[in-house]
Amino acid sequence: MSDTALREILDSHGSESGSLVPVLQEIQGKYGYLPAEAMIEVAKRLRVDEATVYSVATFYAQFKLVPTGKHQVKVCCGTACHVRGGSKILDAAERELGIGAGATTEDREYSLDRVACFGSCALAPVVVVDKDVYGRMTPSRVKSVLDDSVRGGQQE
Amino acid sequence: MTFAEIKQRSLSRWETKQRTDKVRIIVGAGTCGQAAGARAVLRAIQASLAKHNLDASITQVGCIGLCYAEPLMDVVKPGQPRLCYGNVTPENAAQIIEDYLLRDNPRPDLALGTLGEGNIPGIPSLKDHPVLGPQVRIALRNCGNLDPRDIDGYIANGAYSGLVRALSMKPEAVIAEIKESGLRGRGGAGFPTGLKWEACRNAPGQPKYLVCNADEGDPGAFMNRALLEGDPHAVLEGMLIGAHAVGAREGYIYVRAEYPLAIEHLNTALAQMHDYGLVGDNIVGSGLSFHLKIKEGAGAFVCGEETALLASIEGKPGIPRVRPPFPAQAGLWGKPTVINNVETWGHVSAIMQKGASWFGGYGARTSKGTKTFSLVGKVARTGLIEVPMGMTLRQIVYDIGGGTSSGKPLKAVQTGGPSGGCLPASLLDLSVDYDSLAQAGAIMGSGGMIVADEDTCMVDLARYFLTFTQSESCGKCVPCRLGTRQMLMILEDITAGRGTPESMELLAELAESVKAGSLCGLGQTTPNPVLTTLRYFRDEYEAHIREKRCPALVCKDLIQYYIQPEKCRACMICLRNCPVEAISGGKRQVHVIDQSRCTKCGTCMDVCPEKFSAVTKLSGQPIPAATPAERSVWQLG
Ligand SMILES: Cc1cc2nc3c(=O)[nH]c(=O)nc-3n(C[C@H](O)[C@H](O)[C@H](O)COP(=O)(O)O)c2cc1C
Ligand code: FES
Repeated sequence: MSDTALREILDSHGSESGSLVPVLQEIQGKYGYLPAEAMIEVAKRLRVDEATVYSVATFYAQFKLVPTGKHQVKVCCGTACHVRGGSKILDAAERELGIGAGATTEDREYSLDRVACFGSCALAPVVVVDKDVYGRMTPSRVKSVLDDSVRGGQQE
Repeated sequence: MTFAEIKQRSLSRWETKQRTDKVRIIVGAGTCGQAAGARAVLRAIQASLAKHNLDASITQVGCIGLCYAEPLMDVVKPGQPRLCYGNVTPENAAQIIEDYLLRDNPRPDLALGTLGEGNIPGIPSLKDHPVLGPQVRIALRNCGNLDPRDIDGYIANGAYSGLVRALSMKPEAVIAEIKESGLRGRGGAGFPTGLKWEACRNAPGQPKYLVCNADEGDPGAFMNRALLEGDPHAVLEGMLIGAHAVGAREGYIYVRAEYPLAIEHLNTALAQMHDYGLVGDNIVGSGLSFHLKIKEGAGAFVCGEETALLASIEGKPGIPRVRPPFPAQAGLWGKPTVINNVETWGHVSAIMQKGASWFGGYGARTSKGTKTFSLVGKVARTGLIEVPMGMTLRQIVYDIGGGTSSGKPLKAVQTGGPSGGCLPASLLDLSVDYDSLAQAGAIMGSGGMIVADEDTCMVDLARYFLTFTQSESCGKCVPCRLGTRQMLMILEDITAGRGTPESMELLAELAESVKAGSLCGLGQTTPNPVLTTLRYFRDEYEAHIREKRCPALVCKDLIQYYIQPEKCRACMICLRNCPVEAISGGKRQVHVIDQSRCTKCGTCMDVCPEKFSAVTKLSGQPIPAATPAERSVWQLG
């Protein structure tokens, strides 16, 4: 972790406590997770307790305290996806990647997560890989979608 | 510049664009369009235009709501109406371009219909389309029609004229007009918007704040996403009107992080408004100053609750607090704050553009105007709709939605998400308004509407909702934190076949206590899906508990996959695809599932060719005794 990158993020926000969530979001965007040293630095800068930073970091589902994989695979487990067989898609993704939801593959290529809803419910079930949204999924399509991500996604 | 000058300029820019001799191609590229493959379609269109050396403009618009037919592509030839094609693939997009643009064949076989004025022989008008016909689009007036990245189109079509009208009125008069319209909050609780504004205006304390709740936490609902993506200006204009009425100088839009495209369009819209002097200091010379910031959520359902949302903006964990004081008295940083839902703001701008009595002319007695719904689940025509309140569930699900997608009987309609209820088919003639839904044990909620057919297990659905709310409970108050956990454990027992005859009474009793004892709306409404399923689908609970049977064949622990020997053609497909090698058999040898190894993933059923359909699910009955053909497989295996 480079100190300058962190300093830049901190400098670009004010020191009021309302900046806490956006600062953490930016750090996570940069590093893929929230390194402990960064959280300590944030506490100092925003003049809040380390415990406060930690409580915010652990409250919101978005924040990760451990490094995640290169590709983020997210399977929707919202209601529309659930009634259209979303759990089978999750099973298939778990089988394909050999990890459970919430985990990262050993080679750090993929992280797998369940997400509440992407707002594409009309095309349920839905999977998102990095920034690409895939609708009308079937268990047997999961593999090709994962291969897609290695080739650089759906492309512009 | 005055607003009149701005409008003049936008109009002429817009009209130039409309009047070009160029062909225009419009692609639905909202999140759902993209999920259906709109980007591949776009690439195919560009390639085809280049190949034939054709000059056409390509516009990307938000969601028109016909999500079941995504990807959508419209072609407008000069002097011809806008022609809409559905379920477009990259291949037929290229074909449409060749046929329509080069050979003047509009391909009626691929077309959904025409939009707007004029007609093309052999192609219906979408005005008469079963999905669009019954709709009244007020909040969604521009979604799918205009390019959200171009403010001129909106201004040319009436945007900000409501603001200008409001600015010519006293704040009190604006509030009176909103009151008169009968507008109630679209975020769930249905509180009268005008009353909320008045309370905030009259509350002591400065500065005052406005907040737009775009957290859209209901998993299975996307009305707010579609509105922000397709018409950010409807919402932003509403907030400017609110700022004038309430006397606020600062506002926040709290958007969930899962909606990156909505955030992008909001940012673009705000930047263009800045350039036009429509936000910031001294807006269009009126003296009104209003500054807006976008805050991204960080993934917590409870942050949709207003006090939790305000805490989150302040940089704290999103934990609700007791009301009163209500945000209108003490909200953001303890100051009077109006918080309204995205759609509420979208209606505010429409009301100020067209007047309270026009708006009040739609809807039911205590539920005025229209409401957007995301019609999803096991329904044939999924999508985003906006209808006058008071329409019946049957009209929505059958006339607009086309009935169930499977063609099987409808079992239930779930409204209001995790806070709402499951209504049985016998209540299909219920009027969809705040009061009727509440009486039936459900709620209007923000507009999620999920259709369940015979293959949906209602006990599993209740368990699903509890899994969600249990993990989203913030943990502050005991009834919610522990009560939801205990309720979930009982439901897990029932779906796993461990339910006892006492389970249902215990569940009902717990549900009532959690409802009565919880601090915020999350805990108070979490029991609704459980209570309504207990009320309307008791027989399904009993089948799980007494017969260890899941009638919908959903609950994994209560079902077994079985290959019917008389139907199996020994094609080896399931055998090869089974991820745990639980299927034995061979060429010309019936396939048999080893139940002790089967993980019930369902792969065999998915891959078994439809013409054989040999794999079935059984529940509450033993696997039939092995036939001689099956026994011979066992002996080999
Ligand atoms: C658990 C919970 C979640 C909520 N989620 C949302 C939401 O996602 N969007 C929303 O607008 N309102 C939500 N609400 C309602 C808000 O608390 C609040 O009533 C609403 O934003 C007020 O705006 P309105 O009057 O325009 O409806 C939620 C309430 C609860 C209790
Ligand atoms: S429920 Fe899956 S995208 Fe909304």
